[in-house]
Amino acid sequence: MIWFAVLAGSLGTYVAKLVGYLLPGETLARPQIRRITGLLPVALLSALVAVQTFAVGQTLVIDARLAGVIAAVVALLLRAPFLVVVLVAAFTAAVLRALGLAS
Amino acid sequence: MPSSPIEPPHKRRITSNAVGIGLATGAYALSFGAISVASGLSVLQSQTLSLLMFTGASQFALVGVLGAGGGAVAAILTAWLLGARNGLYALSMAPVLDVHGLRRLGAAQLTIDESTAMALAHPEPIRAARHAFWSTGLSVFVLWNIGTFMGSFGASLIDNPASLGLDAAIPAGFLALLWPRLVDRTMWAVAAAGATVALVLTPILRPGLPVLAAGLVALVASWLVGRRE
Repeated sequence: MIWFAVLAGSLGTYVAKLVGYLLPGETLARPQIRRITGLLPVALLSALVAVQTFAVGQTLVIDARLAGVIAAVVALLLRAPFLVVVLVAAFTAAVLRALGLAS
Repeated sequence: MPSSPIEPPHKRRITSNAVGIGLATGAYALSFGAISVASGLSVLQSQTLSLLMFTGASQFALVGVLGAGGGAVAAILTAWLLGARNGLYALSMAPVLDVHGLRRLGAAQLTIDESTAMALAHPEPIRAARHAFWSTGLSVFVLWNIGTFMGSFGASLIDNPASLGLDAAIPAGFLALLWPRLVDRTMWAVAAAGATVALVLTPILRPGLPVLAAGLVALVASWLVGRRE
């Protein structure tokens, strides 16, 4: 199942890239299409942030991940690069768990 | 009309920027590789994604949804929707690159945020734009794949990724991808609505579907924005 997702997912994203080179310019340049493709990543990424922070299966919980994400926000406000943001989040969650302060 | 040549110092500056961008995304690929393995993919599966999918947000989303138990279909659809923007990038790169045949197939694979942004940042002469696109695309491709391998192989040596906080690294990674897109009130509103929809639906729908449902927010929002203009 994972291989199916990896290969089918890759095929679709490649087709999206290729289509832009094959279609005449005006087809995809319509303002409505541009708006949707600009807004889709924002809606999906913020949904992923929320779900990956709070969900365990179909249950919502507050655990060390939330502290990690808050630390990530601080790192982003300080203009830290991507890897630092991710490491700060992981480190914060790991320390809270090691100290027994969060699950 | 023959296209005007590109001055050597100009070309060198573009090349060195391209390598810098490659190094930065390579570092980010380290976290992708680690998170991918922590989400249950093998080192080979993670590497296949970086070679064939080669678009960061979609890769993170695919492994994130799979890791959360969302199933293959929801994971694939989320990755596709996030990858749709590359089609628009390709559209703006087509007249700049003017590629055909095999080169077009290669250019398509390298059409991502970084290569497109670099080409658009160096519009004149057109050879500079082309050099910016290809050097950035290739640099990111190579370093993204090296980073993925180091991250996934490293994480595969660890017994319990949660003890290292890798589960907290996943939402932080998505947040770092989202952050630069929050440029105005519309984007903030869409982000807030997307997160709310996903959380409200989490107890009701099976994992993976709440995120897809949040995609509908983008459809509604673009319709509303279109009506206002």
